[in-house]
Amino acid sequence: MDVEEVDPVSGRKTTGHEWNGIKELDTPVPRGVLIFLVVTHLFALLWWILMPTWPLGTTYTKGVLGTDQRQRIEEDLAQSQTARSQWTAAIETRSYDEIMADESLMEFVRASGRQLFGDNCAACHGTDGTGRFNYPDLTDDDWLWGGGAENIAETLRVGINAAHDETRVAEMPAFGRDQMLDRTEVRQVALYVHSLTNPATSTPQNATEIQAGREVFLSTCAACHGEDAGGSQEMGAPNLADNYWVYGGDMQTLITTIHGGRRGHMPTWDERLTEVEIKTLALYVNDLALEKR
Amino acid sequence: MRELFHRKLERTALGFVFAIIAAASVGGIVEIAPLFTIDETVEDVPDMRLYTPLELAGRNIYVREGCYACHSQMIRTLRDDVERYGPYSLAVESKYDRPMLWGSKRTGPDLARIGGKYSDFWHVAHLTNPREVVPESNMPAYPWLAQNELDIEDLDLHLMAQQSLGVPYTDEMVENAGRDAYGQASPDTDFASGVTERYGERTQVSTFDGVTTQVTEMDALVAYLQVLGRLTDAAYQGTAAEELPPDASN
Repeated sequence: MDVEEVDPVSGRKTTGHEWNGIKELDTPVPRGVLIFLVVTHLFALLWWILMPTWPLGTTYTKGVLGTDQRQRIEEDLAQSQTARSQWTAAIETRSYDEIMADESLMEFVRASGRQLFGDNCAACHGTDGTGRFNYPDLTDDDWLWGGGAENIAETLRVGINAAHDETRVAEMPAFGRDQMLDRTEVRQVALYVHSLTNPATSTPQNATEIQAGREVFLSTCAACHGEDAGGSQEMGAPNLADNYWVYGGDMQTLITTIHGGRRGHMPTWDERLTEVEIKTLALYVNDLALEKR
Repeated sequence: MRELFHRKLERTALGFVFAIIAAASVGGIVEIAPLFTIDETVEDVPDMRLYTPLELAGRNIYVREGCYACHSQMIRTLRDDVERYGPYSLAVESKYDRPMLWGSKRTGPDLARIGGKYSDFWHVAHLTNPREVVPESNMPAYPWLAQNELDIEDLDLHLMAQQSLGVPYTDEMVENAGRDAYGQASPDTDFASGVTERYGERTQVSTFDGVTTQVTEMDALVAYLQVLGRLTDAAYQGTAAEELPPDASN
């Protein structure tokens, strides 16, 4: 059925179809394209043999290479574990003081701690650990639950007001909202607390008000914050006499805090991070604070 | 020879039609055939729990706001993924995701295990204005979520839709959908206990956005984010990470 008509110009055969006097050439597919097609098909064939590909009802062809993604990731993880083991083993077994004394180990802590901090902690405490927006600064020397790597590790493990069974619990009641103090008292206490760190607040005119605030403080707040307002790290009650503030130390914020209470939250990292990771992070955070000083 | 074969095929209309159908169906077969054995691919875990009505509403908001366009929910079997986000995702974890929200683009981080990683307070602040808590963030702000009251009246219909797709919601769950959504965001009310009764003790009942007077879209979205990766512990247990041996079922 072939049409053996040859186009006089190109010398190629035509299809025999004619449109308005133009005949279509029957040019074969270019060699390069053809070879490319054949090669890709051969590659596909090879891949079917080497890799897991075809579903066969209840199972699938496994491929002669025996590649299995889950197995491979386990191996990858094991490999990276081994590569790090010279440091992680030391971190696991040695005490915090020993690690801190070992400069080469601390270098590892700084490098991997930075990664861990960025992935897990930076969302709240900031990439540099200085905190913001009601999240504590981790680089100063003021700690709610005690500084030092060991305390920090414990806070990481159990969290604060978290879902862990041994979680640290701290809640400042809403003295104003729950009507434990009336409006004047809230203002007086706020004024007293403000005057602790801002001597300029006390003037002869408001001396009686501050004195009244002090009395309210001693009867209501001192149980947690201490008579000298120095706070308590056992209870996670912040020191109010230094100039470090989690929520802010201006009059307006102080009144808001006393009126509505505060209940910070730090998640538990017990399940999410391994023991070594928590230890590394604690050392890293402790180191951040040391470096800044 | 090649030319002869092709010419011959080309000129046999019916034969060519069949050849085209055969070639075009390869893609379909490869995608559809594995679905016949999907029951054996999905791990069997007894502790897998359902999305509560509030979480389901949050999931709908997640879809509505297009979160999946920038956030994946699929930790791949790659070392970098596992080291950053946690154990790789298992099929069973998105068993009740209809449709699944695995996503394929990460402008933001993967969210498959975001549940419990940050506090409710953080999520609310972050969704209201991401720059407030993460200065480097380029995520858009969603301040209206905290203002929009959640439509809980039609949640039973959403549950019924999921039910008809094979998600094992009981009729009791459907009936109480609205109440449970309200209860999960209102811990101090009588409705709260029903949520844990129906969906398990580990269901997070809290005020989420910190406002108890109304249930907002923020409550729903935060509830959903806080449950991501926590519907089952399977991924954390070595046993479930093992692929079900395919021949075991024969």
